[in-house]
Amino acid sequence: MVARDKVAAVIIETRGLRKSYRSRQGREVKTVEAVRGVDLRVEQGEIFGFLGPNGAGKTTTLRMLATLIDPDGGEATIAGVDLRTDPGEVRRRIGYVAQGGSTWDEVTAREELTLHARMYGLRKPDAQRRATEALAAFQLTEYADRKCKTYSGGQRRRVDIALGIVHEPRVVFLDEPTTGLDPQSRAHMWEEIRRLRTEGMTVFITTHYLEEADALCDRIAIIDYGELVAEGTPASLKREISGEVVTVGLQPAGVERSEARTTSAAEVLDTQPYVRKLETHEADLRLYVDHGATAVPQIMRALEGAQIPLDSIEVHRPSLDDVFLAKTGRSLREE
Amino acid sequence: MKLLRDTWLIFQRQAVLQLRQPVWIFVGIFQPVMYLLLFAPLLKPALEGPLGLTTNAEVYRVFVPGMLVLIAIFGGLFQGFGLIAELRAGVIERSRVTPISRLALLLGRSLRDAMTLVVQAVIITVLALFFGLRTNLGDVLLAYLMLALIALMTSAVSYGVALKVRSEDALAPLMNTVAQPVFLLSGILLPISVEYGAPGWLVNVAKVNPFSWAVDGVRALFAGDIGDPKVWQSLVITGALAALAVVWAARSFARTVR
Repeated sequence: MVARDKVAAVIIETRGLRKSYRSRQGREVKTVEAVRGVDLRVEQGEIFGFLGPNGAGKTTTLRMLATLIDPDGGEATIAGVDLRTDPGEVRRRIGYVAQGGSTWDEVTAREELTLHARMYGLRKPDAQRRATEALAAFQLTEYADRKCKTYSGGQRRRVDIALGIVHEPRVVFLDEPTTGLDPQSRAHMWEEIRRLRTEGMTVFITTHYLEEADALCDRIAIIDYGELVAEGTPASLKREISGEVVTVGLQPAGVERSEARTTSAAEVLDTQPYVRKLETHEADLRLYVDHGATAVPQIMRALEGAQIPLDSIEVHRPSLDDVFLAKTGRSLREE
Repeated sequence: MKLLRDTWLIFQRQAVLQLRQPVWIFVGIFQPVMYLLLFAPLLKPALEGPLGLTTNAEVYRVFVPGMLVLIAIFGGLFQGFGLIAELRAGVIERSRVTPISRLALLLGRSLRDAMTLVVQAVIITVLALFFGLRTNLGDVLLAYLMLALIALMTSAVSYGVALKVRSEDALAPLMNTVAQPVFLLSGILLPISVEYGAPGWLVNVAKVNPFSWAVDGVRALFAGDIGDPKVWQSLVITGALAALAVVWAARSFARTVR
């Protein structure tokens, strides 16, 4: 990591980036601090994942970096340009793909791509050539001259991403690019995103699929309540949570859960010497142990001794889910 | 120049979108034709006495300009609906991350609306010729310029408001509330003038309505009185207001949040 830091150029750097909103609830005007001092470093040519629960400040940060909203404070440099003093030049060097789509229904993908490239100042023949290339790269040539309203969800998403990169930006921001896609389209999208990296583009992506971040991203950052709580490669973050995780289920699903049983089980297990950390998660307990295979029989014995019935027990290597839970105190899957 | 090029890009796209939904031609022409067919015939007998109008040509010279200003006002004020659909589709946000001029984002759209209105106005004028309208081509061209300025102003206002309220449910009643008094106080249906027996207070209120000046100006042009001071006065007023509206709305395009 240290050696790599020295070699790789930093393409996005933020220092103390802040944004608050004033929201009105009845007569009361409340200030919501959506992003409170974010320091990010993204290296050239990497896929950088930005994770967080809904409302954590993910999209607000992204929209600030994409020049759509002005930060209240802090600094940011993107592709060598100061975001605060020269947003116009930042726009020239970045691409941005919003979450909800970005096409007119009544025009074709080719028309959209050509117009979009021209909005970046390209002349018509150049814009047309880039559009044709982008259509081919995203396997859209076949549908290029059909109206956007006839596209499937996956095709539409590919058009959106093609729009984000048609002007060959140095950095592209993708806001939840795979949300709403079926597993097959999602796998395709991952390939497309990896291809962008191969071409030397830096990809900044938000997602709330942790397995996606794990599979796709070179480095990730986790934001919660407007602040970064973790940053690193998926492997290094998982390594921080050393050992293995044992999930103990105390009650079958569908049965009304008894707080008392969970509490007494937690009390019993928390005092066991091999349990390094214990978290209660709804009716389940998560135990962080050095070695799962030896811990499981001991856990079962301890619970049996306390006459607490067991529903399920499971050992797994720490996943980004566990990292997320450890850093934010909640599971992203609850969202 | 970048602004001109950018404006042309947006104008082109907006024109393409409109041509692919040709229903606007029918809608835009249908209502004025209804007025020509169903309302104008009542005007001659009604206005003969007070206005001293005796021929169909004279009646249409009073009525057609008012009707054209009417469609310029209403047509423009309701353009914001299209923009709200574009906001929802993510098209505006996509444009705002490019270096395209913010003024062009507004101007391209409003100029498209102005052009649409001129096309409608030409069709209606030609139809009115069959009903007995008589007028001069040169004067009428200047009248079209005035109508284009009105459409530019009202559509810019509508876009600016749409970017603020961001919902059709708020935009529709808001625009109706604005349009009704503006319309009634502009002398579109009947000229508001003391000579024709209008109450003095109503005349005074109408004087502060810029659209009332515009209607007078367009009427003077259709009547062939290009030298009437109302012509240049109304051109200056609508021109200045159009410029103000465009600047205001373009600022909304630059700093729209959320």
